[in-house]
Amino acid sequence: MSTDIVAIKNLKRTFKMGDETVKALDDVSFTIQPGEFITIMGSSGSGKTTLLNILGCLDRPTAGEYFLDGINISNLSKTELAGLRNKKLGFIFQSYNLLPRTSAIENVELPLLYNPAVTSKQRREKAMAALEAVNLSDRIHHLPSQLSGGQQQRVAIARALVNDPVMILADEATGNLDTRTSFGIMMLIQELNEVHGKTIVFVTHELDIATFSKRTILLRDGRIIKDEVNDHVRNAKEVLESMPVIAELLTTKP
Amino acid sequence: MKFTNLLRIAWKAIKRNKMRAFLTMLGIIIGVAAVICMIAIGQGSKQSIQSQITAMGSNMITIRPNSNVMGGARMDNSSVQSLTEDDVTALLKQPEYINAVSPSVSSRGQVINGPYNWSTTMQGVFPEYLSIRNWGLRDGVAFTSQDVKAAAKVCLVGQTIINNLFPNAEDAVGKTIRFKNIPFKIIGILVKKGENTFGQDQDDVILTPVTTLQKRVTATNFYQNIFASAIDENSTEKAAAEVEQIMKASHRIQKGMDNDFSVRTQAELISTFTATSSILTILLAVIAGISLLVGGIGIMNIMYVSVTERTKEIGLRMSLGARGVDILMQFLIEAILISITGGLIGVVFGITATKLVTMFLQWPTLVTQSSVVLSFLVCFVTGVFFGYYPALKASRLDPIEALHYE
Repeated sequence: MSTDIVAIKNLKRTFKMGDETVKALDDVSFTIQPGEFITIMGSSGSGKTTLLNILGCLDRPTAGEYFLDGINISNLSKTELAGLRNKKLGFIFQSYNLLPRTSAIENVELPLLYNPAVTSKQRREKAMAALEAVNLSDRIHHLPSQLSGGQQQRVAIARALVNDPVMILADEATGNLDTRTSFGIMMLIQELNEVHGKTIVFVTHELDIATFSKRTILLRDGRIIKDEVNDHVRNAKEVLESMPVIAELLTTKP
Repeated sequence: MKFTNLLRIAWKAIKRNKMRAFLTMLGIIIGVAAVICMIAIGQGSKQSIQSQITAMGSNMITIRPNSNVMGGARMDNSSVQSLTEDDVTALLKQPEYINAVSPSVSSRGQVINGPYNWSTTMQGVFPEYLSIRNWGLRDGVAFTSQDVKAAAKVCLVGQTIINNLFPNAEDAVGKTIRFKNIPFKIIGILVKKGENTFGQDQDDVILTPVTTLQKRVTATNFYQNIFASAIDENSTEKAAAEVEQIMKASHRIQKGMDNDFSVRTQAELISTFTATSSILTILLAVIAGISLLVGGIGIMNIMYVSVTERTKEIGLRMSLGARGVDILMQFLIEAILISITGGLIGVVFGITATKLVTMFLQWPTLVTQSSVVLSFLVCFVTGVFFGYYPALKASRLDPIEALHYE
C-alpha cells in the first residue's frame, strides 16, 4: 500500500439537493502506481469530475478512504489540503486558467510563490526548467494573449510540473483545442509520462484521447464499470507525423 | 507563505489594473489632501491669532479690579475703586520679575481740532505703557515721568485720530487739540497698530499722563487697570505670581479671602481665543474625515467587485495550493497598498493645495507634522478596515465552485 500514489477504498461522495441525496460516487475503489498514465472516462454526470476533485484534494469524500502518497486526506483541514495540493499535485485545466496580463514565466512560478521553502532564485530556475520541458523556453516573457491555445496549454502544463508533483491531474486538457494541437499536447504528456516518469490522471470524454493512455477507468452513474489496461497504446508522436499537414492538403490535388 | 511573496502577488495584481487602482485611490487622495489642507487652514488661523496677541506684548500682565458686591449693589468692574497709586508703588518696590508698571484710566469723549471732531478714548498711562505694549512712536517724543508728576497737558495720538482731525496731512506734532474742552498739546504720534484680532481699532486712542487725565478730566484717584510687563517671555508666569503676591499684601487680602483683583497674562488670553479656532479646526477635520471615509467605502466597493471578477483566479490560486489565509492576505495587502499609495499622493496634494491657498487667498496656513501622520495612519486603518470584508469573502470561496465560475 505504501508504494501506491493513490489508494481509494469504498469511496462515496453524496450531495444534498434539497430533500434528495444525489450519489455522485458510489463505492469506488482503485489504486494508482507510480508512473501510470490513466484516463478516467465517462459521460456527463458519471461522476468523473467529482472523482477528479477528490483526487485533487479540492473536495473530501463523504465516506471511504483516500490515501495520497501514503497520507489519509479524510482527516485533513482545508489549510492542510492546500499545502498538500501545493507540494504533491499539479493541475491542468480545460480553459488553461492562466493569469491574464502576466508573463508565461510568472504564471509558471505561481505555485512556488505559495511554498515558503523556495527562494526567488530557485523559483526562477525551476520555472525555466519547466518551460524548457514543454519546449517554450523562447516564449518566457510572452503574455497569454500573445500565445496560441496550444502554447497556453503548454504553459499550464509547465505550471503543473514546476513543483515536481507526485501526480498530475488533467481535466479535459484538450477540450478547447483542435485535433492536431490536442495530439501535440498528448505527445507532450506521453513524453512526461515515459521520459520523466510522471504519474498522470487524465479526465476526458473523448475515446480518441483515451487510446494514448496506458489504462482506462470508465465511470457510469458514480460506479466504475470498467478498469482495464490498454493493450494497444497509440503513440501520439507517430499519429501526429502520419497526419497530413494543412499545407499538404492544399497543395495535393486529387 | 512568505510575506514578500504576498506583497509581490498583491503588487502584480494592482499593476494588472492600473487605471482602476488609480480611480480607487482617487477617493483616498482627495480625502487625505482635504484633511491636511483643512487642518492647515485651521491651524494657520489659530497661529495667526496667537501671533497677533503676542504682538500686543506677550509678556504683558493685566491687573483688573474684580467686580464685587458692595452693600448689596453689584458694581461693574470699571467702577470698582480698588486699584490705587499705592498698588503701583508697591509693584515698583524692588520687583524681581517685573520690569515696567503702568496704571491706566480711560475716558470717552469728543476730541476737537478746529472744524474737525472725533469721538474717541483718552487713556491716562505712565510712559512705560509704550514699552509694555511694544508700541513705538512714528513722530515726535513720548511724555516723561516729569510730565506725569506735573500732570502736563500733553498727549500722544494714534493714527486714527490723525486721520480724523488732520485730514489734510499737515504735521500734527506741536498742535493743540481739545478733549472735553481741555487743550492738549500733541508731542508724538503712535505707530499704526491696525485692528486687533477682535476687530477693535487699536489706533483710535489718545495717550496722556495718567495724572493729567485723573486731575483734569475724570477727577478720580483710582485706576481702572494696571499693566505690567515681565522681564522676559519665559518669566511671565513668575511675574504674574509676583504681581498677585504684591497685590495681596497691598490690599491686605487675608488667607481664605477672595482677591478683589484679577491678574491675567497674555498666555491665558491666547488660550481663550485659540480655543475657538481649535473648534474650527476640529470641525474642518471632521468634514475632511468624512470624505476620507467615503474614499474608504470606495476601496471596499472596488475590492468587492474585484473579488467577484477574479473568482476564477482565486479558485486557480487555491488549487495551486494557496490557503484561505494567503488569499485573505493577498486582497488585504492589495487594499492597504492602494490606500497607502493614495495616502502618499494625497499628502503631496494636500501640502501643494495648502501652499496654493496661502498664495492665492492669502489665508494663513500651517501644515503640522501630526496632521500628516494622522491622515496617513487613518489611511492605513481605512485600508485594513475596508479591505478586510472583501478579502474575507475571497478567502472563504470554495475552490471547486470558484474554478468553474464564469
